[in-house]
Amino acid sequence: MPAQRTSLAALPAPAAVERPRELLPAIEPERRLDDWGRSERVEAAFDATLLEFFYKRWFRTEVQGIENVPDDGGALLVSNHSGALPPDAAMIAKAIREEHPRPRQLQITVEHFFKGYPGFSMLLPKIGCVAAHPANVHRLLYDERQLVLVFPEGRKGTEKLYRDRYQLRRFGRGGFVEAAMRAEAKIVPVCVVGAEEAAPIFAQVNFMKRVTGLLYFPITPTFPWLGPLGMLGYLPAKFKIRFLEPIDTVSLGGPDAVADKALVQGLAQDIRSLIQDNLHDMIAKRRSVWFG
Amino acid sequence: MAEQRRILITGVSSYWGGRLAEALESFEQVEAIIGVDEREPTRELERTEYVKVSNHHSLLSRIVRAAEIDTVVDTRLVVNSFAASPREAHENNVIDTMNILTACDGPESPVKRFVFKSSAHWYGCEQDDPAFFVEGMERKHPARTAIERDIVEAERAVRDYAIRRPEALVTTLRCANVLGRDVVTAYERILNLPAMPMVLGFDPRTQFVHADDVVHALEHAVISDVPGVYNVAGDGVLALSEVASLAGKLPLPILPPFGAGLAALPLRRLGLRVPDEMWNLLRFGRGLDNRAFKASGFDYSYTSREAVQRFAEHMRLRKVMRDSEEGFHYDREVEEFLRWSPNVRREPSGEPTSETGSPSS
Repeated sequence: MPAQRTSLAALPAPAAVERPRELLPAIEPERRLDDWGRSERVEAAFDATLLEFFYKRWFRTEVQGIENVPDDGGALLVSNHSGALPPDAAMIAKAIREEHPRPRQLQITVEHFFKGYPGFSMLLPKIGCVAAHPANVHRLLYDERQLVLVFPEGRKGTEKLYRDRYQLRRFGRGGFVEAAMRAEAKIVPVCVVGAEEAAPIFAQVNFMKRVTGLLYFPITPTFPWLGPLGMLGYLPAKFKIRFLEPIDTVSLGGPDAVADKALVQGLAQDIRSLIQDNLHDMIAKRRSVWFG
Repeated sequence: MAEQRRILITGVSSYWGGRLAEALESFEQVEAIIGVDEREPTRELERTEYVKVSNHHSLLSRIVRAAEIDTVVDTRLVVNSFAASPREAHENNVIDTMNILTACDGPESPVKRFVFKSSAHWYGCEQDDPAFFVEGMERKHPARTAIERDIVEAERAVRDYAIRRPEALVTTLRCANVLGRDVVTAYERILNLPAMPMVLGFDPRTQFVHADDVVHALEHAVISDVPGVYNVAGDGVLALSEVASLAGKLPLPILPPFGAGLAALPLRRLGLRVPDEMWNLLRFGRGLDNRAFKASGFDYSYTSREAVQRFAEHMRLRKVMRDSEEGFHYDREVEEFLRWSPNVRREPSGEPTSETGSPSS
């Protein structure tokens, strides 16, 4: 079957298609879900039980620089990533809800893979996860002016083994910088220390990955020994989250500068080394993995 | 808006063609409406003149030229694989569309506007889709099902026509899943089941547009000049579980998440036939960004949620009103008498007086 690539680029332009923000669908208060499938009830239930326990008691999370998260407007949070079933995203979201003077919801971008996996596909949108598609990020940042969390390392970050902990992987191809520039949104770099020790991965079993159809099949202290729940078997490492100063993409040229690949790649590199340096700083100051 | 329209509607005996003709009859700026189809009309139309055409629309260009048609509305697209065999659907969706476009082409063609009712199936439905499709997006994957392939091909023909004939205003409307009182659609069938079949472990995004809004959207495309491709979908994207609760149906996760092909046969035994193009919709779902069409001056009467609620009301009412539905029977001789006979008393506007009055919508 021939690939049917249908481009509309050649269409006689419908005089600059406009999609003004004001025309976004109004919120229907009778609904229990929003247009992304997020459910406040399910989220609140998660927040009050599992997240509360992990954030306060298990990881005893410490937050620095929460004032760097903007009070309003779209902002893209960029963080390092680790852990078999990564606890970092949920902890960052919880930190903003707990510590920020004006608590805001955080939209967490996840791999498309989860949309196709039964169960995950149902649950993740309800607790504020959105597939990491550039169009989704743009709509959230630009049109809805929300906080969005991305992990530019993606799967490469969560796959890495314990011996490579806190060594940032490649930061994609700078797509996150492009997304923020297009949306005229600020970029807030975030550093998380503790997640690597909380869910250390000792090995990856490629054969089992193929059998189960999962993204990867890690060997951790509790997985697969305790079954699927073993994914939640985190060790009680001390969590530290540091929010760095926001980077204004508008002053760097905004949407017009997206075509400048050197600028985009350079900025992505700068943000990566900024996070890496801060991680080193945080680890150097840490006296104990478990007590901080 | 002083400019008068002379309109030709294809598929005037199908649901959409009939409803559009009925609606356009009440517009002042519409001078003439001609409806073509293979079958006789199923609605009582007053001003619309019905012409029976053979299935290949070969004589269409003569009708278009003779009647000096300036606006052609093509509403025949088959978007459900249960509505026709794959072969019939292909004939109708691709070959006939091309024939109709050919009839509207040529240096001396009077056609200035072409409105094509398409479907959101154009976007397909894949795991790595965005949450909201925007009109300018490219398809990343080849079409999966026969219907999707047909729609992509038909739209390509329409796009080529727009490029070939830059002086014509070509509007393509990609409609989301439709719900309405008596239109047969895939979701209408699902909602008519005693329970809502769902794929185990999935709660897909679903978006609807009410049938009335689709008719108004076609009117808007005919009367206002809105060239380009537009999504037509009600506000709000619902989860399928939300739809089930709005319609008062029990969600039953009985469809397997994988191996749709293997499961199709036992399901058919149970009397449940899931069309090919629905499998992925029932897993991943689809959402459309409807702002571009709103920005062109169109207002929706119903949100997705309201469309489902209205449909649920119709379903409840239908149980009681089962026998009272009366069909319209087209009788050529009577229609011709009413239209042309000098003995029929006419109002000054030239229409025969009738008790039913012109449909107001």
